[in-house]
Amino acid sequence: MKSMSAIIFKDIVIEMRNKESITSMLMFGVLVLVVFQFAFETTNVERELLAPGTLWVAFSFAAILGLNRSLAMETDNDCLQGLLLAPISRGDLYLGKVASNFIFMMIAEVIVLPLFVVFNNLDFNVKLLEVAGIACLGTLGIASVGTILSTISANTRIKEVMLPVLQIPLTVPVVIASVEATREVLTGDTRGISSWLYVLAGFIIVYLTASYLVFEFAVEE
Amino acid sequence: MKLKVLAILTFVSMLTALYMIFLYAPRETLQGDAMRIFYIHVPLAITGYVSAFLLFIGVVGFLRTGDLKWDRFGETAAALGVAFISAQLITGSLWARPIWGPWWVWDSRTTLQLVLDLIFIAYFMLRSYLPDPQKRAKLSAVFGLLGMIDVPMNYLSIYLFRTQHPQPVISPGGGGVAPEMALTMTASFIAVGFLYAYLFNRRLAIAKVEEEVDYLEQVMLAHE
Amino acid sequence: MTLSVKRGEFLALFGRNGAGKTTFLKIVATLVKPTHGRLRIEGIDIREEPEQARRRIGFLSHNTYLYRDLTPIENLRFFGRLYDVQDLDDRIHQLIDRVGLQRRASDPVRSFSRGLHQRLGLARVMLHDPSLILLDEPYTGLDANAVDTLNQMLDEAIAAGKTIILTTHDLEQGLRSASRAVIIDRGKIVFGGSAGDPATREAYSQYIRVGVTP
Repeated sequence: MKSMSAIIFKDIVIEMRNKESITSMLMFGVLVLVVFQFAFETTNVERELLAPGTLWVAFSFAAILGLNRSLAMETDNDCLQGLLLAPISRGDLYLGKVASNFIFMMIAEVIVLPLFVVFNNLDFNVKLLEVAGIACLGTLGIASVGTILSTISANTRIKEVMLPVLQIPLTVPVVIASVEATREVLTGDTRGISSWLYVLAGFIIVYLTASYLVFEFAVEE
Repeated sequence: MKLKVLAILTFVSMLTALYMIFLYAPRETLQGDAMRIFYIHVPLAITGYVSAFLLFIGVVGFLRTGDLKWDRFGETAAALGVAFISAQLITGSLWARPIWGPWWVWDSRTTLQLVLDLIFIAYFMLRSYLPDPQKRAKLSAVFGLLGMIDVPMNYLSIYLFRTQHPQPVISPGGGGVAPEMALTMTASFIAVGFLYAYLFNRRLAIAKVEEEVDYLEQVMLAHE
Repeated sequence: MTLSVKRGEFLALFGRNGAGKTTFLKIVATLVKPTHGRLRIEGIDIREEPEQARRRIGFLSHNTYLYRDLTPIENLRFFGRLYDVQDLDDRIHQLIDRVGLQRRASDPVRSFSRGLHQRLGLARVMLHDPSLILLDEPYTGLDANAVDTLNQMLDEAIAAGKTIILTTHDLEQGLRSASRAVIIDRGKIVFGGSAGDPATREAYSQYIRVGVTP
């Protein structure tokens, strides 16, 4: 536990110093939202139906950027080896990295979200908190898979390009569930939302557990 | 020997099945001859999931024992998975267009198959960038494991999605199942099953030889 | 390869490139899993209790495993927390003084030269007071001052009862403080002897210089 918080703290200090991760995620997220505005010219009613999709495309791709940066930080100077030398279990190391990836993604998303509301002419009300809550779950799902996949893709020659290839098919359930849940919140028709939330929760539990158990295979030499 | 027997069985059963599909089974009342493709498609779809299951076995086997034979097993399952699913998706699309209209329908079955195909393809892409056999086996096993765990979750979420956003579903037609149809479907399943088993064994044998060649190459290089 | 090293020994490991020196050290450091065999450090089996074993090991290779955006103090504080080092701040300042980094202690490591990197790397290795110190070609790229500091610190470690295994290409540096020397070729031990024995130098010329294996 102490070592996990040491890892998270270290990542935060580094990020505060160079701000590379959050700014690139932020820029990318905003750009995606803007591009989608041009791609879909819609009326207000349709907007509520389409908007969740654009939001989650922005979040998914920004997440990939963030994961790549996080990994680059550990491969620089072979720092990952330094972590592997320490008396911390591979699984705990994994959880620490998931936590710091999650934190950075959430920070970027929390800034993108109000912009999303403005661009789509939605209202700033309680619904926004609910959307943020769904974003927490979805982001945790993406972070849990993405952290271990980025470690795997780091071993290939094409590193950063490999990550989306591996990650996007695997995060289909997270994206579907997050988009649908967000759509229900925005349109006000929340009859089916609990099943989506269960899907998200299930995904997180399954992937955190599975990755915790096999992470050592992903980092071994 | 085993391979020859399988080859003969496959050949015979495929001929029988083809005969039954095209000549024996009656014309379906609602969709006419278009229906016949389902005799092939349903078994093909199942092989996709069978491949996923076999890959899962392979990766678990490898992660537990470190023996490369499990890696070969899993890789063969994935290869057949890509082949059979891609064949199904492409023939399905080609068939659907002249008969029903659209090139592609995002119903649950096709979407699931497409995502599974993408996972298999990603598996191979990962492997192609990992030259060392041990590392390749290990890392693709981890990805394979995570990918195959995803399959039931994909199933769940895509089905949920389609229940909430129904689309016209293209499926085996409505007019009741005549006994000849059931028989044809069974014959088709058997034929596809034999084809799968034959190809699986053949490919596994080839993979083993390939690995031996690689090993000899390494030994030669080391002695230079 | 079968090797046993007594507490307090200073072992120098020689071998040509590709002989397996780095791999051996990495296995001992628990970074690489051996395909067969067992390894015990102070009685702890590394397969059963890897974390306990790692607490007692310090490993230094050409990559210093330091975070470039952090200062030496921040780097050491991070590793200190991972290893659960007591009286961390005192220890950090002690080590920074010892390796001569006082004036640069609050600069990001990014701005450091190779020599300074190595000094901080050495501080990181010693931080948690490991009983087994593993060094992979530590003399490469060091200036004369840094070499002296390294040698002094190794002498201090031996005096304090630590065990050291070091790999190097440099025969003189390797034999300087070592008590034992081992030469490996293609993953096997081909010679073992005490460092002061002239037979060691002969074996070195035979295996490393000429490089012929029967």
